[in-house]
Amino acid sequence: MATQHLTDDDLILHYYGETSPGDERQTTGHLQQCGLCRAEYTRLQRVLASIDERSLAMEPGPAFERTVWARLEPALEPARRSWVGWLLTSPAPLGLAAAVVVLVVGAFFAGRALSPAPAAPTAAAVAAAADQIRERILLSDVGEHLDRSQMALVDLVSGDDNSTLDIASERSRAEQLVADNRLYRQTAEETGDVLLSQLLDEIERVLTDVAAAPEAGSSRDLADVRRRIESRDLLFKVRVIASEIRERQKIPIQRQAGPRS
Amino acid sequence: MTHTDAAAVALARDGDSEAFRALVERHSRAVFRLAHRMTGNASDAEDVVQETFLKAYRQLSRFESRANFGTWVHRIAVNCSIDLIRARPHREAGHDATDLEQFGAAEATEPTLPSPERLMLSAEVQGRISDAMTSLSKMERAAFVLRHFEGQSIDEISRALGLKTNATKHSIFRAVKKMRQALEPFVAPPDNESLTAGGTRS
Repeated sequence: MATQHLTDDDLILHYYGETSPGDERQTTGHLQQCGLCRAEYTRLQRVLASIDERSLAMEPGPAFERTVWARLEPALEPARRSWVGWLLTSPAPLGLAAAVVVLVVGAFFAGRALSPAPAAPTAAAVAAAADQIRERILLSDVGEHLDRSQMALVDLVSGDDNSTLDIASERSRAEQLVADNRLYRQTAEETGDVLLSQLLDEIERVLTDVAAAPEAGSSRDLADVRRRIESRDLLFKVRVIASEIRERQKIPIQRQAGPRS
Repeated sequence: MTHTDAAAVALARDGDSEAFRALVERHSRAVFRLAHRMTGNASDAEDVVQETFLKAYRQLSRFESRANFGTWVHRIAVNCSIDLIRARPHREAGHDATDLEQFGAAEATEPTLPSPERLMLSAEVQGRISDAMTSLSKMERAAFVLRHFEGQSIDEISRALGLKTNATKHSIFRAVKKMRQALEPFVAPPDNESLTAGGTRS
């Protein structure tokens, strides 16, 4: 009589206790009777038992906690640092916003009065144009961020171990840049912009080290950071990508006119 | 929950950032290890650590003081890892099944193998496990880690990853198969019982 052996999948489900109650009795019974399946199950047990948490544990570096905190702290106080908070809490931007609204509404009605009604664009055209505008805004923001980062890196590199670099101010600037950088890097990763995300990743690591520098430290504490910026040609890379972004910004947004009625 | 965690949470709720810093410093390594197991990538794991503590900070008011802060953060980290795996573009690992079969076969022919007990503890096996995990796709890795390390049921994993039950099962089956191909020659060579039984399983 032919024996119906257990499959590898059956054994895996049995190992993890995921066999249905009805099949479990059958599986257990078969394992008691069948030497081949029992041996196979023993091998599976040995393999899976060898994969414990230690085997996958990757230990971060000794300054890990300090680095995590340096990246985290600016994000915990969004109201103090974010432009959204500034927009919502300060009266000056509210006045500015009101003026912009008045101008936009005025221009809208003036436009309607002076020109024939344009054909309505299709939903796809509107969406494509919106995408382009969003990308343009993002490019502009990233470009500015790279310029600010470049200035910070230049200040770091131009100091030497004995210079009187203001560590507290460099830390504070780096903290702000790290928080912004992280958002741009994640966006670049999500949109598949590999070069930009790699560059932002490198910048973030350098800035994070600056943000995590000891409060009472001296310029000498940033010697490693300086060497890293120079050895990886980080400034050169930032300049190249920033220039590329400026070129991309010059390309006009294509007009996606819908069908005219 | 240790007393110090409880005290730190209470202070952090009142806006004491140094207290929250103490919690971050105490638990961030464990969160990183978990995130690295889940994502297989140090940079992704760092992002998960960041997201986890940001969420924890924002949800401190919802945290029940009788609960264990470490367990709570661990749960948030699992969810953040899953969110990241689902959100990032699907990146399969560089190895495919054929690579792995060749890798397993090549290793199996090595002439002198120490005893399995010694090998299980050796750094070499640890390295093989790490390599084999790298060969898993993101979904296979996430499903396997949640089942093997986190002890979640297949139904729970399906819900978390947004997969059908069968798809989750097959992710786990594929993951285990790849791990076996890579590790079996070291930790579970054929034993006498299967040889003397005189047959093969189909």
